[in-house]
Amino acid sequence: MTGPASRHVTGDAEHHTAGLAPSPAVWCSGLRKSYRRRTAVDGVSLTVGRGEVMGLLGPNGAGKTSVIKMLLGLVRPDAGEVLLLGRPARDPRSRARVGYLPELFRYQPWLTAAEVLALHVRLSGAEVPEGERRECLASVSLADRAGDRVGGFSKGMQQRLGLAVALVARPELVVLDEPTSALDPIGRADVRDLLLSLRARGVAVLLNSHLIGEVERVCDRVVILDKGRVAASGTLPELLGRRELRLRLDGVGERAEARLAAAGRLTRSGDTFTVTLPPDHDTGDVPGLVADLVGLGVRVHAVEPVRISLEERLLDILRTGPASPVEERP
Amino acid sequence: MTVRTVLTVAVLTLQEAARRRVLRSLAVLTVLLLALSAWGFSRIDSEFGGLTSGEARLAAAMVLNLVMFGMSLIAALGTAFLAGPTLAGEAESGIVLAVLARPVRRSAVLLGKWLGLVAFGGGFVTAAGLAQFLIVRTTSGYWPPEPVTGLALLAAQTTVLLTLGLLLSTAISPMASGVVAVGLFGATWIAGVVGVVGEALGNGGVARVGTVSRVLLPSDGLWRGAMNAFQDPTLPAQFGAAFEGHPFLSESMPTTAYLAWTALWVALVLGLAAVSFQHRDL
Repeated sequence: MTGPASRHVTGDAEHHTAGLAPSPAVWCSGLRKSYRRRTAVDGVSLTVGRGEVMGLLGPNGAGKTSVIKMLLGLVRPDAGEVLLLGRPARDPRSRARVGYLPELFRYQPWLTAAEVLALHVRLSGAEVPEGERRECLASVSLADRAGDRVGGFSKGMQQRLGLAVALVARPELVVLDEPTSALDPIGRADVRDLLLSLRARGVAVLLNSHLIGEVERVCDRVVILDKGRVAASGTLPELLGRRELRLRLDGVGERAEARLAAAGRLTRSGDTFTVTLPPDHDTGDVPGLVADLVGLGVRVHAVEPVRISLEERLLDILRTGPASPVEERP
Repeated sequence: MTVRTVLTVAVLTLQEAARRRVLRSLAVLTVLLLALSAWGFSRIDSEFGGLTSGEARLAAAMVLNLVMFGMSLIAALGTAFLAGPTLAGEAESGIVLAVLARPVRRSAVLLGKWLGLVAFGGGFVTAAGLAQFLIVRTTSGYWPPEPVTGLALLAAQTTVLLTLGLLLSTAISPMASGVVAVGLFGATWIAGVVGVVGEALGNGGVARVGTVSRVLLPSDGLWRGAMNAFQDPTLPAQFGAAFEGHPFLSESMPTTAYLAWTALWVALVLGLAAVSFQHRDL
């Protein structure tokens, strides 16, 4: 991510919709929503920077879709403020450069795929030539179905069409709500590639997905929602900060044990030593440790980095509640 | 931008009406009704050869109004069942989500839908009505005195009903809004007939039923005006008694005040629909 100053120097005028500094793609503060007596969203604040890919995670009913719908003006928040690309979300023009794939993706069954895209281009107010629209359909593997009525599409094809609809009007922000729920493994891989290409083009993405692996691979930052609140948020290294190193050793003397303890918190069970590395550890730390151990006469049988997956971290946060040590409270 | 949205959605609505099964069902019903009326009119001529020219005109006007009533019923059913699904159905299925996430105002989308439906309803009434007039002319030689005014009033009646259908569809489910709109249409028509009977009997209380219902839902008042435009203007003088309390003959055209009220009613209901749609969580 480039900072505001460097963006300004490059003269990226498109990003300057309000004032000099590029406003974030999404900014919301204190969003609240209750349906009858049930509180769905309870004081959610989050920011998606320009060109940033942000993942929204959380269990069913955590309020993810409600938050997304409030950002897009589809649901009226009881309280809170939303800015999209620098404009208050009350102003429909704030959505001029926003693409959206809803969780419930359905398109006019009486139109053809090409007509659906043309409709959305017209509604967005953008000028997108037909060739580009066709390319957009091709990017979701629907090029040969452009002239077919949407009514005859399978669910997976409708979701692909939804992706094309979200991408067709040259968006600066794309909001994808469960974009792979109806897709086969190949489709999911396609979506991953698509997300990476969006990131490469500097398009901001807000991604709600249950597929944690997908989020982990493409997202710069993650916000975890639980019971309508932000349970944790941060960059992936911040959230997954803890890294462990498991070593199987013999011939460990006092000096070797002290060396291990110097690398991080040490636990031992038999000949297996586990070192919890600090979040700011260096990439050279592990080879250095192994060389030192060998130098101290230790026989090294195995060195295994144990990475905490986002899934483990998510479950940890959701089970232990917001008091978990690593997360950063907004 | 707003004008573009309104026009885009209006065209989309027309496209929907043209491509969905509603149109085919409407076309089948209309052709059936037209065929039936062609047969009926040819029978009037052959069976009642002994009628005076005045009596024949009265019969033709009555049967024409009866058939036009069938036509207006088809238009009411068709547009009400198009207006319902177009908002409530799209909200239910999720089609509306991707559309409203575009830089559009909900009121512009609603206005576009209304405009599309009005064009569709008006087009249907005009096409089917003209076909009916031609059939009557070929079979019995009768041509209504004010076909344009009559068809315009019928189109206005369709507009009233579909506006009501749109308002209902912002609040209740697609089927329910269609059913309620058609139900109210029928109820107003019956109340109108009751009112006319009340007038014939000189019963002010019963007559007021018709007047009040015609103000609350202006469909029946417009329909009675349309009937008046379709029947020969010399008939009331000749057959005054036949007009009293008759459901398919009408003595007068709607007043300018009534037409103004109808326009205001449509604007009010459409405004109410916009407010209701604006506040809806999707």
